[in-house]
Amino acid sequence: MSRPGPSVAAVPPPDAMLWVKDLVKVHRAQGVPSHAVRHVDLQVDRGEFVAVMGPSGAGKSTLLHLLGGLDRPDSGEIWLDGRRVDGLPESRWAVLRRRSVGFVFQFSNLVANMTAADNVELPALLAGIPPRQARARREELFAELGIEDKAGSTPAGLAGGEQQRVALARALVNEPGLLLADEPTGSLDSRNTRDVLRLLSRFHERGQTIVLVTHDARVASTADRVISLFDGEIADDTAVGPPSGTSNGVADVLRLES
Amino acid sequence: MRLALLALLAKEPAHGYELKQALEQTFGAAYPQPNIGQIYVTLGRLEQNGLIQGQDVSQSSRPNKRVYEITEAGRAALAGWFDEPTEGPRVRDDFFTKLALAPGTGAADRVALINKQRRHYLNIMRGLSRLAAAEDRDNRIAHLLIEGAMLHLQADLDWLERCQEELE
Repeated sequence: MSRPGPSVAAVPPPDAMLWVKDLVKVHRAQGVPSHAVRHVDLQVDRGEFVAVMGPSGAGKSTLLHLLGGLDRPDSGEIWLDGRRVDGLPESRWAVLRRRSVGFVFQFSNLVANMTAADNVELPALLAGIPPRQARARREELFAELGIEDKAGSTPAGLAGGEQQRVALARALVNEPGLLLADEPTGSLDSRNTRDVLRLLSRFHERGQTIVLVTHDARVASTADRVISLFDGEIADDTAVGPPSGTSNGVADVLRLES
Repeated sequence: MRLALLALLAKEPAHGYELKQALEQTFGAAYPQPNIGQIYVTLGRLEQNGLIQGQDVSQSSRPNKRVYEITEAGRAALAGWFDEPTEGPRVRDDFFTKLALAPGTGAADRVALINKQRRHYLNIMRGLSRLAAAEDRDNRIAHLLIEGAMLHLQADLDWLERCQEELE
């Protein structure tokens, strides 16, 4: 099958944030092997915003977990910011995840008995950032995300959209080179979805590299590049932009007339 | 646009330019706006059909403006419009015809067709995301319009996925 779209360099190029070669992951359910990720090659350059789309069961989340070291590949190579990481032991991955890779999931997974501020400052402190600086970064992010008045709230006192913003602040507080997002708007209503996507775009415009997994094309279209995953394989890889020369608004899709 | 203008005039009498502004404010940037000429032509037809009635109002330093109000016949036409259920969307059968008939023609293959169509939809979706981001946050009507277009596209994309799963 032809695989149109950007090709992957033979060796990790210096401007690649992520470089993946021939990645394979096989799940074994009741002894029956099923290929979750089949021979995936992928390169994400610094500053790119890439969405991975596909039906459920296509291997999107598995791929993202492999990229963030939450799961281990059966074979293949993963290079993160110029370093090969697929064979690293868990202890090294834990450090990487603290400093170089930020995660946002569908559910915010905040620590319930800590304030929103502590949920964000703690990972900064764990990464060795001095307390005053950790607080300054947290305050800056909260202001950016419009939740500066929520610092003292516990997660239970926050609405879903606010919790997801806190999770985004937590993912970004250590200024990771790569932000990985797995259905980050999956449990939000349309309005909060729009706000969270707008925030992701804003961080991207400032140079944040993002890989986002979603089944939702509305979410995927926020990215500059969309990869379609089918049955563990990349079926298409394409840059997206507004259709050239046409600005018909909704007219290409809906017709309001009578 | 005919019935949209009638609906606006059912609220209060207005002249052509006011109607143009009301359409723009209601639907936002996503809706391709009719130009003022189209609005005047439509108003002329509505008046000929007795659905609205115009009256010239003189202005001190400018040409007269024509202010329209809805007639009883116009209200009946409007009520009839609201009373009718609206036609639902149809499958994009031109694309489906290509997909169904591609094999064996030597002219196209299905995966390439699906990929091309997906890229096209994603690009439109991207344009809609940008419109949504640029639209006034509080214009609920405009956002609902954009969201409607996005949900239709999402359904088209889901259906493409199904085609790919079944036909590949």
